[in-house]
Amino acid sequence: MSLTVEQTKQRNKELISEVLSVYPEKTAKRRAKHLGTFEEGKPDCGVKSNVKSIPGVMTIRGCAYAGSKGVVWGPIKDMIHISHGPVGCGQYSWASRRNYYIGTTGIDTFVTMQFTSDFQEKDIVFGGDKKLEKIIDEIEELFPLNHGITVQSECPIGLIGDDIEAVSKKKSKEYEGKTIVPVRCEGFRGVSQSLGHHIANDSIRDWVFDKAGDKHPEFITTPYDVSIIGDYNIGGDAWASRILLEEMGLRVIAQWSGDGSLAELENTPKAKLNVLHCYRSMNYISRHMEEKYGIPWVEYNFFGPTKIEESLRNIASHFDDKIKEGAERVIAKYRPLMDAVIAKYRPRLEGKKVMLFVGGLRPRHVIGAYEDLGMEIVGTGYEFGHNDDYQRTTHYVKDGTLIYDDVTGFEFEQFVEAIQPDLVGSGIKEKYVFQKMGVPFRQMHSWDYSGPYHGYDGFAIFARDMDMAINNPVWGLAKTPWKRTEAEA
Amino acid sequence: MSQNAEKVLDHFNLFRQPEYVELFENKKKEFEFAESDDKVEEVKEWAKTWEYREKNFAREALTVNPAKACQPLGAVFAAVGFEGTIPFVHGSQGCVAYYRSHFSRHFKEPSSCVSSSMTEDAAVFGGLSNMVDGLANTYNMYQPKMISVSTTCMAEVIGDDLNAFIKTAKEKGSLPAEFDVPFAHTPAFVGSHITGYDNVLKGILWHFWDGKAGTTEAMTRVPNEKINFIGGFDGYTVGNLREVKRIFDLMGVEYTILADNSDVWDTPTDGTFRMYDGGTTLEETANALHAKATISMQEYCTEKTLPLIAEHGQETIAFNHPIGVKATDQFLMEVSRITGKPIPEALEKERGRLVDAIADSTAHIHGQKFAIYGDPDLCMGLAGFLLELGAEPTHVLATNGNKAWEKKMQELFDSSPFGKNCHAYPGKDLWHMRSLLFTEPVDFLIGNTYGKYLERDTGTPLIRIGFPVFDRHHHHRYPVWGYQGAMNVLVWMLDKIFDEMDKNTIVPAKTDYSYDIIR
Repeated sequence: MSLTVEQTKQRNKELISEVLSVYPEKTAKRRAKHLGTFEEGKPDCGVKSNVKSIPGVMTIRGCAYAGSKGVVWGPIKDMIHISHGPVGCGQYSWASRRNYYIGTTGIDTFVTMQFTSDFQEKDIVFGGDKKLEKIIDEIEELFPLNHGITVQSECPIGLIGDDIEAVSKKKSKEYEGKTIVPVRCEGFRGVSQSLGHHIANDSIRDWVFDKAGDKHPEFITTPYDVSIIGDYNIGGDAWASRILLEEMGLRVIAQWSGDGSLAELENTPKAKLNVLHCYRSMNYISRHMEEKYGIPWVEYNFFGPTKIEESLRNIASHFDDKIKEGAERVIAKYRPLMDAVIAKYRPRLEGKKVMLFVGGLRPRHVIGAYEDLGMEIVGTGYEFGHNDDYQRTTHYVKDGTLIYDDVTGFEFEQFVEAIQPDLVGSGIKEKYVFQKMGVPFRQMHSWDYSGPYHGYDGFAIFARDMDMAINNPVWGLAKTPWKRTEAEA
Repeated sequence: MSQNAEKVLDHFNLFRQPEYVELFENKKKEFEFAESDDKVEEVKEWAKTWEYREKNFAREALTVNPAKACQPLGAVFAAVGFEGTIPFVHGSQGCVAYYRSHFSRHFKEPSSCVSSSMTEDAAVFGGLSNMVDGLANTYNMYQPKMISVSTTCMAEVIGDDLNAFIKTAKEKGSLPAEFDVPFAHTPAFVGSHITGYDNVLKGILWHFWDGKAGTTEAMTRVPNEKINFIGGFDGYTVGNLREVKRIFDLMGVEYTILADNSDVWDTPTDGTFRMYDGGTTLEETANALHAKATISMQEYCTEKTLPLIAEHGQETIAFNHPIGVKATDQFLMEVSRITGKPIPEALEKERGRLVDAIADSTAHIHGQKFAIYGDPDLCMGLAGFLLELGAEPTHVLATNGNKAWEKKMQELFDSSPFGKNCHAYPGKDLWHMRSLLFTEPVDFLIGNTYGKYLERDTGTPLIRIGFPVFDRHHHHRYPVWGYQGAMNVLVWMLDKIFDEMDKNTIVPAKTDYSYDIIR
């Protein structure tokens, strides 16, 4: 029942108007701008993005705190990140993102811990600045090997007018210039986690770079120094990426921010090139480093062999022949592995249709990896993408792909029900909805406890996992046999 | 290159390959400017000492690894227990993403909940228009039978008035005037998730019983023979509520389970997604007013709900998450007393089987020291069962426990010779627990998934009982209440005890003389 592109576009149009018909008029008008079909040759995907979610719908989005503490700052392993405000935010984001790191937790690293000021009513009434000062003193006493502290503001902090900047400055001075970073990432700011990424980037600029000075004079640079920017090391992604860069002859001086440390942040301005994976969350700091320190940055995509090859060559093009040869050597080394992976899994996955809804870079970046396995992306959208993300998406999607920005739970269910893809890739909140419907699912934020998916080593896991999800015998059991129609039997 | 297509290595084994081990070492040596191994070792050892414990317990401001969540989570937990009900959280949207993820990770189920998505402008001007538009959207899109409104800290700090807002939304035509929109203020900076459960349940009963926020006449109570049952915030809600229904059916008791979320978090996979499965019907909820009595399984989850019910003329009884023989006896006898229904032989047999099982296994548990943490009621239920088994619940910690709870725990300890030298720790967190486990070690730890960090650091084997349990599957489908529930708890504890025995004796030619086939 393969549709032509024109038929697909017509089907999408009908589907969208059907979905919109349920909303009150005002909401339908607003949501209509976020749903569409990609038209080949257009400069973006034709949808509006990065505007407020509509009240009362089940948006999949999070908040600025989630973007700052949960994504950008949280993985910096040798610093303590205080969830400043009531207990909940820190509790729900506690160790839930699988940012792998190596260290002795509770002694010199702290990623899988939850530090909170646990605001009570009196803190709301009288303000929390005094409490914050005391918290910093207690951290210094009980966790003496921490290399720095960040203060991640939850909603009430901004509303009651606490001066976390003043507290941070005061305490930093008291502890001999210790890095203490106030981050104004209150959850009500902005429209999604996206603003939290930006705020966190700015806080690194203002409170780490500007203060780092020559903190590490023993750090000697080389012409081949690069930093990995925007890889959160989910299931070890950044490690599977780093190994390739090192194999081609580069020296990775910093990881942002998965398995990252304060020293790495501080030394990043000495890099010769910043290689940027998650554009959405870390383009801001990359642009800043370009402007202030003259460091160029290059976007790359380490999902699937086609994009990895392209990216390795692109990165190498910024260096001399030694590195260019290194890139070719790496590509050649891993090609047999990639051939074997594709030979094994492609026959089991060829022609399967996928719908995606993820954050960051994944709604576009993973498309190549699916295509390497002979699969087709029929719908995609961003949780918190901006127009520049949708522009970049045009290089990945095919004519007629259904596009849904900040999709609501209702819309997503309707789309999947109508299109019946072979796989949905989205997050934990969506996972069980689609599995109940008998549709195979993979979490494309956290890789469902598996991973890494980045790099050549990661692609083997990616391919195995997609096969495992789609060709799982359980999906044949979903429909009750005595209730099957003749056509289904 | 160690990866291969035939046997794909994922993170468990991939990063143990020599090329990655080397990569980690180089990264640390050249770029992390990490503390020396000696320094790390020194601080690690210091953190195990009594000196560290004293500093740790002297903490006044910092909370580290707390065993509690915030009110709005409990609000959602209670709301989804009503038929066709969608929880609507008034405040910023990120919170709702967190609650939905948290429940999905524990129950492995969809978790539906909407938010009014308040942003900066709402912070300045208030969230009224978010409420007006939001209720209209939710009503049209998800076609619920009821929308239960609660708040986040943001809405509470700016002081939004739910009663007035919902009224205005109805006046503006967001939803029909007679549509049920109960509400509760659930600030995240007061109490914990159990407080939120209490507030929402109270709000819903108040709505139905006392005139739907001034829009109709209050109901008049006409007493009948039914009883109401409230489970409280409970990670085993699916298994427990089904077990309680089975027990009531066996006894021939007429009952209403209030906030029955057992089906919504255990929906079948059969090709259709149902957003609202099961739940206490709205009619049952209203008619619960007429019941003879209300039984709460968790006192600290119903501190406000039970007085409201009592004010309406019902007898109220609260248990503390009863687990074990005596606690179940007491529960059944109270049900029997209130309803006049005898306890049937079938349950008597179950009781005998549980006692039989305890007698068979008691030697392995007797005298073992346990540390427990979790919600106040659960802690009390588990500690009571351990005392009954002849074990010692040495450290019992509830981050959301208070002085009254501490006193009640002490009474429980005092009631048994096995409770000697046992202590309750209200308001403490898992970093305190870490110090307790280092300075006064115990044999086993009972608590939720977060306890695995304590297991790793202190070597205390963890038995997972509580909420959330993210890293083990399907335990929430089993009851811990009733005699059969106690049997489950007993088996979970014994399994861990035997696993530890085997681990401890497994070295060939060294310790395996005790690696027995019969235990």
